[in-house]
Amino acid sequence: MEINEKPRWRLIKTDNPPFWVKPLIPVLALIGTFILTSGLILLANANPFDAYYYFLFAPLESRVSLLEILVKATPLIICGVAVTYAFATGYYNIGAEGQLYAGAMAATGLGMALVGVPPIIAIPVMIAGGFLAGMAWALIPALLKVKLAVDEVVTTLLMNSIMAYIVSAVLNGPWRDPNSGWPQSPDISPTAVFFKLVPRSRLNFGFVVAVVLIIILWIVMTRTSFGLKMRAVGLGKPAARFAGINVNKTILTAALISGGIAGIAGVAEVAGIHFHLIGELSPGYGYTGVIIATLGSLNAFGVGLAALFFGLVDTGAQTLSRAMGVPVYLGEVTQAIMLLVALGMLLLQRYWIRRM
Amino acid sequence: MEIFLVNLIAATLRVSTPILLAAIGETYSERAGILNLGIEGIMFFGAFVGFFVADQSGSLWLGLIMAILSGIIAGLLMGLLTVTLGVNQHVSGLGITLLLTGLSLYGFRLVYGGRSTPPYIPSFQAITPFKDVPILGTISSQYLLTYITFLVIVPLAWFILYRTRFGLNIRAVGENPEAVDAAGVNVYMVRYSVLAIGGALMAAGGAFLSLAQLGAFTHGIVAGRGWVAIAIVIFGNWSPVKVMGGALIFGGTFALQLRLQAMGLQLPIPYETFLALPYVVTIIALVLAGRNASYPAALLKPYRREG
Repeated sequence: MEINEKPRWRLIKTDNPPFWVKPLIPVLALIGTFILTSGLILLANANPFDAYYYFLFAPLESRVSLLEILVKATPLIICGVAVTYAFATGYYNIGAEGQLYAGAMAATGLGMALVGVPPIIAIPVMIAGGFLAGMAWALIPALLKVKLAVDEVVTTLLMNSIMAYIVSAVLNGPWRDPNSGWPQSPDISPTAVFFKLVPRSRLNFGFVVAVVLIIILWIVMTRTSFGLKMRAVGLGKPAARFAGINVNKTILTAALISGGIAGIAGVAEVAGIHFHLIGELSPGYGYTGVIIATLGSLNAFGVGLAALFFGLVDTGAQTLSRAMGVPVYLGEVTQAIMLLVALGMLLLQRYWIRRM
Repeated sequence: MEIFLVNLIAATLRVSTPILLAAIGETYSERAGILNLGIEGIMFFGAFVGFFVADQSGSLWLGLIMAILSGIIAGLLMGLLTVTLGVNQHVSGLGITLLLTGLSLYGFRLVYGGRSTPPYIPSFQAITPFKDVPILGTISSQYLLTYITFLVIVPLAWFILYRTRFGLNIRAVGENPEAVDAAGVNVYMVRYSVLAIGGALMAAGGAFLSLAQLGAFTHGIVAGRGWVAIAIVIFGNWSPVKVMGGALIFGGTFALQLRLQAMGLQLPIPYETFLALPYVVTIIALVLAGRNASYPAALLKPYRREG
């Protein structure tokens, strides 16, 4: 019937793309992203090639900005890891932002109370407190999901807004620092502050926590039966149930771990960077975590790489803004374009252009 | 007390308008099975484009039209990702929000620099059809866009969704795309259409903020109104009229909170309680509906034509 049809290019669905396609995707995504952002750089009357030097290479050349990349990557790594646990299980936790603030509130409360307590006790207590707080905030949507089958995307999203108002209420009320014109809490005890990894920089113990969390994620996902269960549930609930996995318990556990880790991101920001609670603690790290987890294809090292790259983009956007007057928001735009291009590119993995 | 109530009702209508516009837009797309989390970014982009065009051209209407066009383009981009490419809807939506927020801020900084006070433009003026009637005069003194939203957009959405073939197709695509496809309806086309309509309404909601309510563009101009709209759509059970009710309840609590704050009243509870209320109520509504919540069955599910 189709014999007379002329040969033409078609998208063919394939389950086994050539082996070199997968590593090619990030490269193509990068190229696509840069072509698209060049237009914006030209609008700012800057030469895109010069701009890219400041954007992506200059930060790697100085020690100060190299450390800054790690500082900026810290909350992104932690949130990316947090989201990965949930997404790998097929539980779409969009609530890392609110869980982060829950952890930040716990860190602030404990940090203010632990005056005179040595760091060796204060810091673990704060991390544990932040984990529990994030977990508690993640508990409601997770329970609604497993008990009542209420969709988690919307509930976790709404919980973020509720948390933002709780933080605002606390900062305008009981925790308001009387010595500050801004709604912010008093500083936490100096003994509860994360110690610096490098003197006279912002790099602190939070980065170590982030790296440890990545390693734990890798071990859990690849070396434990719980990781196997999570991935099985993520791939398909009916099949997982058939294989004898307690699907609801797995989802609940993954959701709580996810929330707890997002809470640690809040602890790291309070104890490592700001030393008090503010309403603008996170410029959307929780949402960026979703993007990092996706770009890192829910793989521990992928998440780490994506977060480091985003840290580079954030730092580079500042360098570029100072050097050439290109608005600093280019960083945000680049990250978004990169995500959208990469999502499109993922298609290359499943579809293949053939002439037939 | 009477003046307080009358002013409160007038403010409620005003405050509800942008959220209602966006929520009706979201209703269209969710009814066809697409959760558009790009809503927050599309509103922000609409606010920026509307302001920028109005400021440069001197025409508020041209600003509004360009905002709507930009919303349509954003909706189609969401369609490209979720309909054609079949990418995860929440990740695409968040990506679009990030992209459009970044683009707006980039554009604003490029054109207006980093000044501390935002530039203002003369905004839309309220129309006053019953100026001399005591109570009605105050309540009816509203922007034309508010009238259009409540008297045209909402009834039209109801009519389209429940009384036209297109609306039937939208609802059917949201419930059972396979069956609709088998009946010869182009599922992709329906989903692209609702995303374009939805994007237009969301952007119009954003433009209302910059062109009518504020006469300026600021970083906090949308401030989570997109997420409120998402809550209201669920609260309103994906029905335009109930969604309008939800928007009015939210607008009412928001306006009340503003007024109480402005009066300097010391309340026993923080004023944020009022602001968080719509979210809490929506979650409670979801809990009460439980398994019976009438989500469009195909929501969040990409549709792939086999063969």
